[in-house]
Amino acid sequence: MPHPFIVLMGKAVRYAARLRGGGSALPGLFVEKIDPDFIKKTLAQLPKGVVVISGTNGKTTTTKMVVSLLEAHGLRVFTNRTGSNFTRGVAAALLKDVDMKGQLEADIAVLELDEAHAVKFVAAVQPRYSLLLNVMRDQLDRFGEIDATANMLAKIASMTSQAVVLNREDPRVRRIATALQTQQVSYFGLGDDLLHHFPSDDDMRSRTVKTIKRPEASVALTKHQDNHATFMIDGRTYDTDLKLNGIYNVFNASAAIALTKAVMANEFDVAKTIAALATVTPAFGRGELMTVGGQPLELVLVKNPSGFRLGLKSFEPEGWATMIAINDDYADGRDMSWLWDVEFDTLASVGVSQVSGVRCYDMALRLQYDEVAVAHIEPELSIALRQFIDHNRDTPKRIYCTYTAMLGIRKELAKITKVEVIS
Amino acid sequence: MSQPIHILQLYPNDMNIYGDQGNVLVLQRRLQWHGYEPVVIEYNVGDPFPSHVDIVIGGGGQDSGQEKIHADLLKIGPQLKQLAEDGTPMLLVCGLYQLFGNFFKTSQEKTLQGIGILDVETHGTNERLIGNIITRNDEFGDIIGYENHSGQTFLGEGVEPFATVVKGAGNNSRDLHEGARYKNVIGTYLHGSVLPKNPRIADAMIELAVTKRYSDYTPHVIDDLFTDLARSVAMDRPR
Repeated sequence: MPHPFIVLMGKAVRYAARLRGGGSALPGLFVEKIDPDFIKKTLAQLPKGVVVISGTNGKTTTTKMVVSLLEAHGLRVFTNRTGSNFTRGVAAALLKDVDMKGQLEADIAVLELDEAHAVKFVAAVQPRYSLLLNVMRDQLDRFGEIDATANMLAKIASMTSQAVVLNREDPRVRRIATALQTQQVSYFGLGDDLLHHFPSDDDMRSRTVKTIKRPEASVALTKHQDNHATFMIDGRTYDTDLKLNGIYNVFNASAAIALTKAVMANEFDVAKTIAALATVTPAFGRGELMTVGGQPLELVLVKNPSGFRLGLKSFEPEGWATMIAINDDYADGRDMSWLWDVEFDTLASVGVSQVSGVRCYDMALRLQYDEVAVAHIEPELSIALRQFIDHNRDTPKRIYCTYTAMLGIRKELAKITKVEVIS
Repeated sequence: MSQPIHILQLYPNDMNIYGDQGNVLVLQRRLQWHGYEPVVIEYNVGDPFPSHVDIVIGGGGQDSGQEKIHADLLKIGPQLKQLAEDGTPMLLVCGLYQLFGNFFKTSQEKTLQGIGILDVETHGTNERLIGNIITRNDEFGDIIGYENHSGQTFLGEGVEPFATVVKGAGNNSRDLHEGARYKNVIGTYLHGSVLPKNPRIADAMIELAVTKRYSDYTPHVIDDLFTDLARSVAMDRPR
């Protein structure tokens, strides 16, 4: 059990950091320095152990879904809700939830972790379950190569004690199963009709999706239309309406169901699962809807080519004004090459109203080569956002943005509308 | 009357990473904007080698991608060599730049034979040269891109450096060379993608290809305002 004094000091740092504004990982850093075993000792108390969720795209929304589904089964769930998905973020989130004695009132921990940090994390705290979503070209500045990232996920899987849930449709993730000996392996997947929506990073080039023999999926998304989805769970189909938008969010719902099945085993309740799933809303910036001047405004986080392609495919541009904001800070990735792996021709019919961010001219240049018209370009996010709203008063608005651009835009939006506070 | 120009894209399935597709797109569009008809031929492992080629373009890949295409590349090496000797403009980025050289020796001491069009050799290291890069070349001025490689390349006698490093690493961590040039063949480590931000290179390749095929070249004026603005922002970004 962690020392009460350290818990108290950590909580004090957390309080001070919040007064300062921001810095969700700072208190975690403090505890990590003073008591490196804090996380391990605190999580070791949990009766149902630890779940690790990793992969390139969709971690935050999937984690949110898993938490809801497990809570629907009556579990008390601890999670790193802030999206600060580094070890330090976990420590910070723990500090918030433990009592003064360092006790965590929870049955299970569900943690989303960035691939590289997850590898470090599982070396210290063995997860009982892991869910591995996908490997895509993202943040290559940090990891170098996509195969290296796949190896990180394989490492997480091999360190998992009980069950591993894998994406059947991502060849690099599916392959992880071959090296697993003792763990139960199950898959989430797509019906054949939907496969073409998710070219893997390899198929993206050839533009044809090869149908090869795939293992049986424990849960598969078989139909998807707007907010309506059909899942195949253990050979039976279930229809439901969802609050999630975008097919990649809905695909990850099948991942969340498969993981819930693995965790709950005999106590898995399909009806409760589907009912809970229907109420989950997207995580912040992942198709998050707000209202500005009586019109909807949607934020779509884009981090890598596949995510951007899926975003463009998921959201109909007709009838919406589009803004794109591209930054190149460390958290966004410094390399602009990725914009050239995305096709923007779906925006050609309506054009783009506003382009912004540090790399707005790179984005404008990219659109020029797909012959998409750009109405306004302004590097400064606050000015661009105001222009975008002024120019499109009576139209629903959609903003595609990189991570730090999203943070900046949310901050500006908070001045004019209600934006969920992320603590 | 439309005048086609045939672009051979080498191994788009396996050697195409970090936006190398952008280079093909820029050649296609600029050919159109200059009044020509681009025809892209995707060449993958086992495909028949096309009978007519005006421009050759190839990109980078994972180590696994390099291994997949290696035997096939050695097979078509003589045809590519003939095109190079005939003055065909070519742009090879990263992985294929390395394999257009004499050899690539991995950090595990395994040697991948190259096709030797460029007199360069590459040695795998555990150090990744990564970040924004600016180089300079007399013909093209400042060249702006992004590098991301752990192979370090050294030039032999029969080849010239493509450019000199102004900011960043380039071919290796020892000299200031970036890329290599032999006749109209350019090898470079620059992603970014390289052609969108450096359209003078694209236009030079187009001019060479069109002149060679049709003797006459009358380009149109292209509005490169966004290119200029994107270049000036990129110049000031951190490594």
